[in-house]
Amino acid sequence: MKITSTAKTIKFLAILFISALTFTACSEDDHDDHDDHDHEEEVITTLNYTLTNGGDIVTLSFKDLDGEGGNEGTYAISGSLKANTTYTGAIELLNETESPAEDITEEIKEEDDEHEFFFTSSVSGLTISKTDTDGNGNPLGLETSITSGAAGSGSITVVLKHEPTKPNDGTSASAGGSTDIEVTFNVTVE
Amino acid sequence: MQKIFFLCIALFGIPNHIAAQNCNLNFKGKITDFHDVTPIIGASIHLINLNKYTTTNLEGLFEFNDLCEGKIKLEINHIACETKIRTINLKNNLFKEILLEHHLEELNEVIVKTNTKTETTSIEQSIKEDVIENYTDKSLGDALKTISGVSSLTTGSTIVKPMIHGLHSSRLLIINNSVRMFDQEWGDEHAPNFDLNSSNRIDVIKGANTLKYGSDAIGGLILIRGKKFATKDSIFGKSSISFNSNGFGGNVNTEIVKTYSSGYFGKFQTSYKHFGDFKTPNYHLTNSGMQNLNASFRFGYNSFEKGFEAYYSVVNNNFGILQLSHIGNVNDLVQAINSPEPRNTGGFSYKIENPKQIILHHLAKIEAYKRFKGFGKLTVQYDFQINRRKEFDLGRGNKKNIPVIDLRLFTTSLQPNLYIDFLPNLTFNLGILGRFQQNDAVAGTRSRPLIPDFEKVDAAIFSTGNYAMNETTEINAGIRYDYSEINANKTYLLADWKKNNFDQLFPQFEGEIDNTRINTHPTFIFHNVSASVGFSKRWENNLTFLLHYGLGNRVPNPSEFFSDGVHHSNARFEIGFLNIKKEVANKFNISLERNNDNFGFIISPYYKRINGFIQLIPTGITTTIKGAFPVWEYDQVDAEIFGIDIDINKRINHQFDYIGNISWIQGTNLTKDIPLIHMPGTNFSSRIVYTNEQWNQLKISLKNTTVLRQNQYPDYNFFTFNPSTQQEVFVDTSTPPPAYSLFGFSASAVFNTFKKGSLKLEFNIENILDISYREYLNRFRFYTDELGRNFNVKIKINY
Repeated sequence: MKITSTAKTIKFLAILFISALTFTACSEDDHDDHDDHDHEEEVITTLNYTLTNGGDIVTLSFKDLDGEGGNEGTYAISGSLKANTTYTGAIELLNETESPAEDITEEIKEEDDEHEFFFTSSVSGLTISKTDTDGNGNPLGLETSITSGAAGSGSITVVLKHEPTKPNDGTSASAGGSTDIEVTFNVTVE
Repeated sequence: MQKIFFLCIALFGIPNHIAAQNCNLNFKGKITDFHDVTPIIGASIHLINLNKYTTTNLEGLFEFNDLCEGKIKLEINHIACETKIRTINLKNNLFKEILLEHHLEELNEVIVKTNTKTETTSIEQSIKEDVIENYTDKSLGDALKTISGVSSLTTGSTIVKPMIHGLHSSRLLIINNSVRMFDQEWGDEHAPNFDLNSSNRIDVIKGANTLKYGSDAIGGLILIRGKKFATKDSIFGKSSISFNSNGFGGNVNTEIVKTYSSGYFGKFQTSYKHFGDFKTPNYHLTNSGMQNLNASFRFGYNSFEKGFEAYYSVVNNNFGILQLSHIGNVNDLVQAINSPEPRNTGGFSYKIENPKQIILHHLAKIEAYKRFKGFGKLTVQYDFQINRRKEFDLGRGNKKNIPVIDLRLFTTSLQPNLYIDFLPNLTFNLGILGRFQQNDAVAGTRSRPLIPDFEKVDAAIFSTGNYAMNETTEINAGIRYDYSEINANKTYLLADWKKNNFDQLFPQFEGEIDNTRINTHPTFIFHNVSASVGFSKRWENNLTFLLHYGLGNRVPNPSEFFSDGVHHSNARFEIGFLNIKKEVANKFNISLERNNDNFGFIISPYYKRINGFIQLIPTGITTTIKGAFPVWEYDQVDAEIFGIDIDINKRINHQFDYIGNISWIQGTNLTKDIPLIHMPGTNFSSRIVYTNEQWNQLKISLKNTTVLRQNQYPDYNFFTFNPSTQQEVFVDTSTPPPAYSLFGFSASAVFNTFKKGSLKLEFNIENILDISYREYLNRFRFYTDELGRNFNVKIKINY
């Protein structure tokens, strides 16, 4: 009978279709069986802020080698700043979960229009200004100039924003975006 | 029809005349019920070619005398049975037993009656095809919200998770064409991967014997069903297209069905949805668009005694995640909460950029059944699912194309089920289940996997029974045993492993230590016994009373065990624990229902007591290079949830109807004696519908939905130090937003433009007054308002 044969053809086509779909679906799916635990993570583990005045070098560094969670990060401040002195500041960002360590600073430079550093300090008289700019002529902050005033102590906070509003009024609050780094160092000026 | 009739006369008539020698044969017979082999009384038997009639007596017997040798064609009829036509070649005197099928509704569920329940004793509500078509460009969660007691947990406006009685995720079972969906339903921002357009009917079961599907339906069960097709030669289909002003997008859906009188059928359906950035009354939501491609295919053979069905569906979702919800740390969060309007809201765009989710879900099943005379029905189902979820963050440079989360979940199961229905008033369902699940945290994400590799094996056996005490009273009971085994492979940071005391609690899980990390092999075994009892009583005036008690067990899901990392969309660090135990729930539901078009109602209170209720709550702060992060931990408490759902429908006159519902719920953390987090606020909706059948089935309705502020909430607010401003700031993540009230308008008409088809036009307005509001159960309530006004046009063609 005609109907039954049509039904059989349709059935056959249907089976073909469904199996074809299933096979494509499975083959597209790059299921893998090896050890899936990436030891290399896409994180920033280390921030080194180097302040230079001739032979006088002060480094402020933060390291969290196991990334988020786990052990808390550690701070290292090599010494105190001299009063009434101007330092040149340079920021270096590293991912030390990789070996050799990955230089994140380069990535920031490549996408300088999508990033900006912000610096604030509670030390009276201490000012930090950004001396570099991105491709659009807006401040970036990988390079800075730090001028200390009278002796005192307090903190320096470094904030890195991803996709902030640029230009902005110079505060991280007005820039929006998402915070990639927020680290506070306790410093003294002698 | 008539042609066939004459053809039959011609075919069977001719040999009749030729062989007309012996004309005093008798043909006796007995008509019996297929299910319990009892005689069927009063069935009519018609010898078509001889035009003789008789009916069966009290023993189900019938008799024809003085028949001639040759072929006779008989038609057997009985109320509530399928008409049966048989051809018999009569040579000698004959006695024949003929089996009739008594349960017509099981075979051909062509017309779904308004009160067809999955079980008589079940406390449930359904949404029908017309409502589903209304939500063609929305999600499952949006459509289910029309049912009292159902709300949704959302992430933005496109990722919508249904919630029954304040419970969601692993506590809700979603059964798609009799396959339990496993699509990484554990996460708050993991919506079910299901396209509404592929279904014809959805039931929300609040209290019933759901043991067949699992023991962990603590919240309830969502049953998505396909249509059963009539066994006749036919081809039909429908297509629809919709457009929305908000998001400047819509949906195209088409389906085609072919059925054969032999019992074979096939259906193909596909739909495509695309939206750009949505808009609140005041601003666009950058990167909030979505894209969805879905296809489903069904084919099978359907007869009373045996049949099979194969089903395959694929859903591909691409959800843009609101860009400004991707924040770095707690200070970003505070800023977002404190700014009345989000910054960086741009213009409209169709582009879906990072952050985004791309999810691909395959679901396939094969089911076959065979009925046995005087015994019951055996069904065997095999199914598998693959769920691949990729989530992308705002990365730097070419890392934007590497997903930060890449998980592949494979699930397969085999379920034989035996339905026994030969005993009078008593039916049984007996089933076993074997299921294997494998999660693969796909390598290459360059981040710690949110969920580790694991394998899970489930085995279950259950039995349910239904006893009709009399015409109006039924009792239903069931019991189920579940065995679950989980084997995982996860690398922990050594410091976290020790901090959580896991080195003391689970030394047997420990593997190699590699510098700051430890590889572990957590293994868990669970044995669960669950039970269910239901009762229903009907009275003459359409009144029904239903009662249900259920004991449910839920094995912790992988995110409750293994979560360990930052969820950027809410700037929180989520931590699961290996020492989390299973959840045990005692549920009581009562329902008083009156099913009547003039005045009907459902009053349905419920009480749930859940021991070891697992919840995700804020517990403190952790410091990273990004600054401070709120820590959210999975925590176990004893909880109780009770509330009431009320639905009312009243016919005002022959053209106007009123439909209303109200849901009130209260959840308490008994361990701490504080309210439970994320319980929906009291809400009610009212709708006035004008219908005029004469004017192209014109339907106009006006709807109001009001959600009151949730005043019962736990206060997990805290202070944090902002080093940039050197100030302590208050982080208010607990306080719910104010109440809101929305109006909607809808109009539709059907035109019979084609000979065999019809055209339906629909026009809707949502949020008519363009009200700015925020919803407590939207995870993005800290950042933006909900959507503003939307005009929607739909055109649907049936052919």
